Amino acid sequence: MRAFYGTTLANPLMLGTAQYPSPAILEAAFRESGAAVATVSLRREGADGAGQAFWEMIRALNVLVLPNTAGCHTVKEAVTTAHMAREVFDTPWIKLELIGHTDSLQPDVFQLVEAAKILSDEGFQVFPYTTEDLIVGERLLAAGCEVLMPWGAPIGSGRGLNNTYALRAMRAEFPDTPLVVDAGIGLPSHAAAAMELGYDAVLLNTAVAKAGDPVAMARAMARAVEAGALGAEADPMEPRDMAEASTPVIGKAFLS
Amino acid sequence: MQIMLNGALRNVQATTLADVLAECGVAGRVATAVNETFVPVSARADLRLSDGDRVEVLGAMQGG
Repeated sequence: MRAFYGTTLANPLMLGTAQYPSPAILEAAFRESGAAVATVSLRREGADGAGQAFWEMIRALNVLVLPNTAGCHTVKEAVTTAHMAREVFDTPWIKLELIGHTDSLQPDVFQLVEAAKILSDEGFQVFPYTTEDLIVGERLLAAGCEVLMPWGAPIGSGRGLNNTYALRAMRAEFPDTPLVVDAGIGLPSHAAAAMELGYDAVLLNTAVAKAGDPVAMARAMARAVEAGALGAEADPMEPRDMAEASTPVIGKAFLS
Repeated sequence: MQIMLNGALRNVQATTLADVLAECGVAGRVATAVNETFVPVSARADLRLSDGDRVEVLGAMQGG
């Protein structure tokens, strides 16, 4: 498996921490998923210390923490959020989200490249949430990113891999870069499909948190990414248009 | 002095950012920004706030 800024993940699943029915279910889902990375965020903290309690729970999970810049629409906002996240979570990792479109939450790739350059120059290890555009991918790598995270489908949509052709092209174009399908996963089969394309990890949240049984779905996702990764490593057969009998015809009885 | 703390008006006695946080009962792992500029922990004790300053105090939260 390709390393993420020098870190090899024990498991190719990155799991979000939002929208679970309760903290206990979040914790159980994480343990069941075996996820190596937890995505987290920042919000206004009051005297109630809600953030502190959440931070302690995440630490107890003993996973790597990937803070995001969710909801940021400008370079300045995203860069400032990254600085604040580095201080709260004590990590140079940042999932850089720069939202360009309200309905689809499509990344604003122009601002994304600009912010990625600023943060990489400042020593951040940037995980850019991007589209499947190859040229944007090149620009992000030139800006200093060593990971690319194209979307599968819009965040929270559960539609799976909308453009497998482009995701496959991305894998071929960047053979040495760790690639993560981030967003849009709804089913275990979607997660397996991403891994079958040769991706290095899958980042998902809603598919588990909003399932009727999040803990069971976490287990399913863990097995899906494992199956997909094993399948990719096993060098799958090429599909063909016509049938080819798998049972040998030599020695078949003459009965008609 | 009157400041905006996380979007709400607050009257505070303290003058530095560190003392204002203590006065408002904010503790633990938080990150701060004043007038939309990040202020690291190391600079909080020396940063004197002015009337009308906008202070943002952020802590860990669930995210995807």
